[in-house]
Amino acid sequence: MRIDVAACAVSAFIVFGASASMAVVDDGEPRAAAASEGGGADAASLIERGAKLYVRKCGACHSPDANRIGPRHEGVYGRKSGSVPDFRYTKALGALDIVWDEETLDEWLTNPSAMAPGTAMGFRVTDAEERKAIIAYLKTL
Amino acid sequence: MTFDLTHHRSRRSILGGAGKTLSLTGLALVAGGVSPAFAAKDDAISQDVQILNAAIALEHEGIAAYQIAATSGLLEPGVVEIGLTFQGHHKGHRDALVKAVRDLGGNPVAEKALDEYAQALGAATLKSQSDVLKLALKLERGAANAYLGLIPSLGPDYHQIAARMAGDEAFHAAILGNALGEPIPKSALIFG
Repeated sequence: MRIDVAACAVSAFIVFGASASMAVVDDGEPRAAAASEGGGADAASLIERGAKLYVRKCGACHSPDANRIGPRHEGVYGRKSGSVPDFRYTKALGALDIVWDEETLDEWLTNPSAMAPGTAMGFRVTDAEERKAIIAYLKTL
Repeated sequence: MTFDLTHHRSRRSILGGAGKTLSLTGLALVAGGVSPAFAAKDDAISQDVQILNAAIALEHEGIAAYQIAATSGLLEPGVVEIGLTFQGHHKGHRDALVKAVRDLGGNPVAEKALDEYAQALGAATLKSQSDVLKLALKLERGAANAYLGLIPSLGPDYHQIAARMAGDEAFHAAILGNALGEPIPKSALIFG
């Protein structure tokens, strides 16, 4: 089946009544530099930012309450690595004997395969401020 | 939950799939051992297999999500057609990733039952076409970011294919966002 995607997009546009004005808006995601310049957001705003980043950067594979490509994250902070009972981990995670806290989560998010060679998680969060926000959010799950 | 990303290859299968590495490593084995350099190369191949398998799992979920959407009865026919086209793209991604894993001597991860995806994605909570599209948008945005975020962990041979897949996911996300009437993001570097 071959479909003209551009034509389909126009159809979708019509179906959903999207505005042809193509409004431009801030995406609500403060960039790391802006956050740094702000000089220390309070805990609530850090968590709020972390929640948005979680959806954006972790949401492809993880959910708080369901095992998907990766294990669910509810209760991850303070939990032993590789310990969600109904998720099958790689051997690399099975062998990683740590507890997820600020330090270990930061190291993990920086470069998972350096921390646990052979892990299936290749995603890296390269920005330290973003890692801090994500970890702040993970603490709340 | 029986989803298994643990498809560690035996050393034999790693070497068997490693092309040029085979004869050199075979010589090293005959000589009485494997040098740290060869071991490191094997580790890198194994790491690539794991990450590529996670990407396959991601594509399996995407294919399932569009299947669930197409058969939900919540979508207009024209929207179903778009969804099936996007699903076809994800099948193309899956096939390319499966080939890559097999070329490396690995075993591609299998898909789960459709019901498992439906449960994990909260399909029962979808009540309207808009709900379905919002879920699709969330998954597509996530997938674009996932591919971009894993590139540094992949061997250089797979950077380009991961980037191309990220481009496809971003394309899907743009159309879905447009269909939902979402405004264009103001800031640059929308993904990643």
